[in-house]
Amino acid sequence: MNLEELQQIASGVHNENLLFDFEVNVCQGTGCLSQHSDDIKAALEAALAASGKKALIRRTGCMGLCAAGPLVLIEPDAQLLQHVTVKHADAVINSLGATPVAELQCDLRQHFDDQDHVVLENSGRIDPEKIDEYIARDGYQGLVMALTDMRPADVIKQITESGLRGRGGGGYPTGLKWGMVAKAQSETKYVICNGDEGDPGAFMDRSGLESDPQRVIEGMAIAAYAVGASKGYIYVRAEYPLAVSRLTVSLREARRRGLLGNNICGTPFNFDIEIRLGAGAFVCGEETALIASIEGLRGTPRVRPPYPAASGLWGKPTLINNVETFANVPTILRKGGAWFAAIGTAKSKGTKVFALTGKIRNTGLVEVPMGMPLRQIVEGIGGGVPEGRTFKAVQTGGPSGGCIPAELLDIEVSYESLIQAGSMMGSGGMIVMDDTSCMVNVAKFFMEFCMTESCGKCIPCRAGTVQMHTLLTRICDGSGTMDDLDLLVDLCSTVKEASLCGLGQTAPNPVLSTLRYFKQEYMDHIVNKRCTAGVCNINHAAEVIA
Amino acid sequence: MSNSDLKTKLKLATVWLDGCSGCHMSFLDLDERILEIAEYVDLVYSPIVDAKIYPGEVDLALVEGAVASVDDELKIKKVRAHTKFLIAMGDCAVTANVPSMRNPIGPQAILKRAYLENASLQQQIPTIVVPKLLKVVRPIHEFVKVDLYLPGCPPSADTFYKTLKALIAGETPDISAMTRFGA
Amino acid sequence: MSAATEIKTLIIDGKDVSARPDQTILDVARENGINIPTLCHLDGLSDVGACRLCLIEIKGQNRLLPACVARVEEGMEVTTTSERIARHRRTILELLFAERNHICAVCVANGNCELQALAQQLGLTHVRFPYRNPALAVDASHERFTCDHNRCILCTRCVRVCAEIEGAHVWDVEGRGADCKVITDLAQPWGDKNSSCTKCGKCVQVCPTGALYEKGKVGVEHPKRPDFLPYLNLMREAQ
Repeated sequence: MNLEELQQIASGVHNENLLFDFEVNVCQGTGCLSQHSDDIKAALEAALAASGKKALIRRTGCMGLCAAGPLVLIEPDAQLLQHVTVKHADAVINSLGATPVAELQCDLRQHFDDQDHVVLENSGRIDPEKIDEYIARDGYQGLVMALTDMRPADVIKQITESGLRGRGGGGYPTGLKWGMVAKAQSETKYVICNGDEGDPGAFMDRSGLESDPQRVIEGMAIAAYAVGASKGYIYVRAEYPLAVSRLTVSLREARRRGLLGNNICGTPFNFDIEIRLGAGAFVCGEETALIASIEGLRGTPRVRPPYPAASGLWGKPTLINNVETFANVPTILRKGGAWFAAIGTAKSKGTKVFALTGKIRNTGLVEVPMGMPLRQIVEGIGGGVPEGRTFKAVQTGGPSGGCIPAELLDIEVSYESLIQAGSMMGSGGMIVMDDTSCMVNVAKFFMEFCMTESCGKCIPCRAGTVQMHTLLTRICDGSGTMDDLDLLVDLCSTVKEASLCGLGQTAPNPVLSTLRYFKQEYMDHIVNKRCTAGVCNINHAAEVIA
Repeated sequence: MSNSDLKTKLKLATVWLDGCSGCHMSFLDLDERILEIAEYVDLVYSPIVDAKIYPGEVDLALVEGAVASVDDELKIKKVRAHTKFLIAMGDCAVTANVPSMRNPIGPQAILKRAYLENASLQQQIPTIVVPKLLKVVRPIHEFVKVDLYLPGCPPSADTFYKTLKALIAGETPDISAMTRFGA
Repeated sequence: MSAATEIKTLIIDGKDVSARPDQTILDVARENGINIPTLCHLDGLSDVGACRLCLIEIKGQNRLLPACVARVEEGMEVTTTSERIARHRRTILELLFAERNHICAVCVANGNCELQALAQQLGLTHVRFPYRNPALAVDASHERFTCDHNRCILCTRCVRVCAEIEGAHVWDVEGRGADCKVITDLAQPWGDKNSSCTKCGKCVQVCPTGALYEKGKVGVEHPKRPDFLPYLNLMREAQ
């Protein structure tokens, strides 16, 4: 494979597409599929056959605006149809080249115009299971360029220049990590893609793997070339069956095209990828626990150092990056590190995909340049909270993150500013809450999550999350005292500073951030025995007697 | 606490909640040293003296036992309200100890065992005179503020002696140097 | 300079000490008479850094490091006790006491228990957290030993000694979070007739609490003797 061959494949796809007057893209992401968009696609095909029009009906990945699903995108005039049902099939086909179906028009220009798609550039545009469609949109150019024109050190230089940082939450400079693995002396090295997305309300990685799997595969192959690995693993949750099946097909396709396997692009570079399924433990998203899980051991983290870059999978130097991190790589190689570095802020480069959920109009997946004010994401792109309600907070960073109140909505989205606000970037979950959410209850919810997901290895996390949850439960049911609150704060500090891995170290964050911005709600529960949001069932009953 | 004026003796109370009275026994093991302590304190309320009503103002209270019944809860709250310095005496008061061993199985199982299965006559669970059991037996600091914890099952007579002497002298006793859980 | 003679110098609690590069901070501290509390660590077994009692401060780093796994580095300045560390250590012990049913007064290990001794050593006189009092089983099916989950602190010493020293790997951990439990074989009774237990009793000797004990022995009769481990390892290396 070389660049000419890639171009031949691409022009083959373009020529094929020229045979059609229209392209009808039907979203087959998990969200739309749950509303039977596969039936819609079948109905559209049937209607098309009957009509005799020349249109390509394409299965695509996620188009982002899940709230308006099932979505259909008609090209060439970029007509986005929302809430399409099987019943609309005939009308949609009849509208091709005629008057658009008025009732289905989705007119949320601002939602899309304010976004900047790098990772999601192909999502909702290509058939995720067809490698040629990915190649037709410049796919695999980065890998071919790297293999044929660049030394591994040049690749790492591009990544370092781009300023890309880990998208799984930590924000560790990707170039630095790659450099460390590249420098490690070993015959065998591994590349692992962390697709164990487990934060409540987060679905960026799932969507990425479902909508554009080849991009992740290409990113991994480039990384493997850069660090000198010949074997890769994609660790993905078993709860993502669609992502797993699309990945399986995509790996086969990539091998068929000679983009995985031995002597890729006629060079001595060999690389192949295996899928490993996670069994549902949140902590397996922590890199050392994930590695233990791939090795077939209990998914528990171990003390670092040594870091996986020095001693990872089976004791070998291992590069482990998140799905979104790898998904950025092909574009960086194709367009150059400097191009990427021009997007974003001084220390946070590029774009970030967020999963907008909760009390917000435009639920779905968005990708914005770093540095965009939070307000623009929530109120502009997200469309704000539903009519008649008032915004209270946005929770970022999942169970490790924190809640950002309305008065801080103007901060920019970057690794640093979110940490400063007492939250974190995390993997990209963004849960919007309005005045019907009780912040003490929110803290309790996340604590329950951490408590259940603690692996049980170290004491502060195993027993500390349980006690924090008990104290929060007391406060929520109205039996909490000021002593309980003091004890809670004290315990937060121990769990944060003494826990072994990131899960425990960040488990107190939802408590600390809600205490920082919504202390009054805690006081209302403890002193006034009332929950202003009307969520908690304040229990006035005395001790239950036998 | 301090008691510089020896003419006004400290008012000492000892209280017995859900415990085996072993702490009181150990306290009595002070033997002749009781006389020395008695120079500084008046025992105003205790299972071993006649007073039936907890006095209005007590300087120092030693509380034995966990809080296991409605009665215990009322008692400890009353004691706290009328006491300057409250000491949790022994593991039952400090950790709920042996009485808490019923917590995993609940009070009904205990009552059934004691009054139905093991009774040869008049098998019935009493409803009058005997106070209602709480669902969970808990240490006293879960109900009231405790000023000093004296773990041990029971704390030794030496521990009592040194602790009381220190408190009388207005010093803070080093508890961990003298006793521990289960001692 | 050959690796064998390479020596690192560092400061622990204001005291200048020297160490081999492969030594942990805990090793060096103990060699120099500086006591760092531990529960999951045991000389002769691999370290897991799970109990977090041996956390220490290193000058210039905000993060606390477990001394049992942290390697020495040239010029390091280590503080093994500070108000911050002492507070965390006490809290960790409190969490352990509240987690299961540790009723010292009626425990077979009363007087020979590392958890109990540490509480006294670190000045813990009461537990601020509500006791959880879980309903846990006692496995007395084994002819010689008993496993009482009420007293287990999940230090995994039994798991490690059985796998690493005895080579039988009878013990392991099941469940997650607060539901974790040490198990024998695939959660079969310890005394099952098909058990892979070799009845060597090493797990009992290394158990820091009254979770594993020899039947018929209580309290003062039951001192645990985990000190056989370093000797055993030494003898094996010599062979």
